[in-house]
Amino acid sequence: MLINVPETVVADALRGMAAAHPELVVDVENRVVVRRDAPVAGKVALLSGGGSGHEPLHGGFVGPGMLDAACPGEVFTSPVPDQMVRAAAAVDSGRGVLFVVKNYTGDVLNFRMAAELAEDEGVQVATVLVDDDVAVTDSTFTAGRRGTGATLFVEKIAGAAAEEGMPLERVEALARQVVAGSRSFGVALSACSTPAKGGPTFELPDGQLELGVGIHGEPGRERRGMMTSREIAEVALEAVLEDLPPRLPVLVLVNGAGATPLLELYGFAAEVHRVLDERRVPVARTLVGNYVTSLDMAGCSVTLCQADEELLRLWDAPVQTAGLRWGR
Amino acid sequence: MDAVLDGGFVVRWLTAAAGLVEREAERLTELDSAIGDADHGANMQRGFAAVVKTVDTRPPGTPGAVLIAAGRQLISTVGGASGPLYGTLLRRAGKSLGEAPQVTVGELQTALRAGVKSVQELGGSAPGDKTMLDALVPGVEALATSFEAAAGAAEQGARDTVPMLARKGRASYLGERSIGHQDPGATSSALLFAALAEAAR
Repeated sequence: MLINVPETVVADALRGMAAAHPELVVDVENRVVVRRDAPVAGKVALLSGGGSGHEPLHGGFVGPGMLDAACPGEVFTSPVPDQMVRAAAAVDSGRGVLFVVKNYTGDVLNFRMAAELAEDEGVQVATVLVDDDVAVTDSTFTAGRRGTGATLFVEKIAGAAAEEGMPLERVEALARQVVAGSRSFGVALSACSTPAKGGPTFELPDGQLELGVGIHGEPGRERRGMMTSREIAEVALEAVLEDLPPRLPVLVLVNGAGATPLLELYGFAAEVHRVLDERRVPVARTLVGNYVTSLDMAGCSVTLCQADEELLRLWDAPVQTAGLRWGR
Repeated sequence: MDAVLDGGFVVRWLTAAAGLVEREAERLTELDSAIGDADHGANMQRGFAAVVKTVDTRPPGTPGAVLIAAGRQLISTVGGASGPLYGTLLRRAGKSLGEAPQVTVGELQTALRAGVKSVQELGGSAPGDKTMLDALVPGVEALATSFEAAAGAAEQGARDTVPMLARKGRASYLGERSIGHQDPGATSSALLFAALAEAAR
């Protein structure tokens, strides 16, 4: 691993982020990344966070048109409430803060505590939970669906809405609309290694793949022998489309897990488009790249988000962050 | 049951817990990599090291105050699910003890029972879900007998999670595949009771 010692991995990355992005205020000590012009007068603020190891999520999505602040936790560990309280105070313009939270027990508990503490300090907080991973059965017998690729859609679309000056209730409603219309499915071709463990966090023999893997290497639905890109696209989209048959054109995210080359991801994107064409699902936009990663895991995920005209307009709106950048 | 416990005892308990967590960190991470995300050892280590620092540098307080300070420190340091859950356990127990400078084992048991109830509410889980509760609940109940009995009951409770199907937390994503693995949260919870017995010896 390209590290100094496991203990300083997150702080080292934040120092690098500060060096590379003067447009961000990076508080290495307190683990908060804030856009430099925050609080932006008259604007609802967007705040997210989660375990590190999924870069560019979330710190790489801080900037005009997306997040106002991000709180990175330790690798694969949710941040602590103190971080979110500090970040909320830094970005609140008085119009409220939307917490974007991926549905994992740790994130949910820490953000819930943070929301209570921030409200005690007079910050109006709304929370949206992202839970798009269809590999997990959503029942009272599990912690519910995991939040994965749809987080990018939520942060981009709600971020654009906030940038336009919409009120908190409207930004929150749009974020919920994105969550309700998004589904994901991930596949691992190799396990990921955390710095703390120094080796793979789960066993995945060569020539095997994990269908429905989570972004922390959580096991999925089943393990199979190696499949072609075309076969993987079919299985992944079958799971996604079965869960939520689209009524609208879709935004497509073809996401890399971290160690899969873009060459392969674009090949996979072609297969995804082929399957969607066959199923007569119209594609509005496609984004290909490493956006919600799992350290050095090889693999990919596909996320579909049903987009009406308003969501599409907000998706196309300008964004200027380290990880996502287009428009003016 | 008549032993009287002061703030110093609670500090010794938490220090012993930090020692055990340090010693068992690798095992906790190993268990967590089987059904979680391989960070439980490191998280608990970071949390309890911070707790020891906090209770060592503060002027010695009442048992309740020490537990509240330790709980707050865990919430501010650990992250993940274990931070809020362990933090709430200690903080709630501390609140329940109030400002008494000394407490009986029976009062400590009542306080920990209140703490466990809060953990149950926060996590939305129940005994049998393959969580911390499977060690905490029998541990707290066996305190009525002795500290050693509580340590034994919690340890047994942790072992009893092996055949269970996880219904909460990250292990629940595994479904049937969570069966056959000991729960890391229950395992670290058992360490808390082992530390309690160690502090009482």
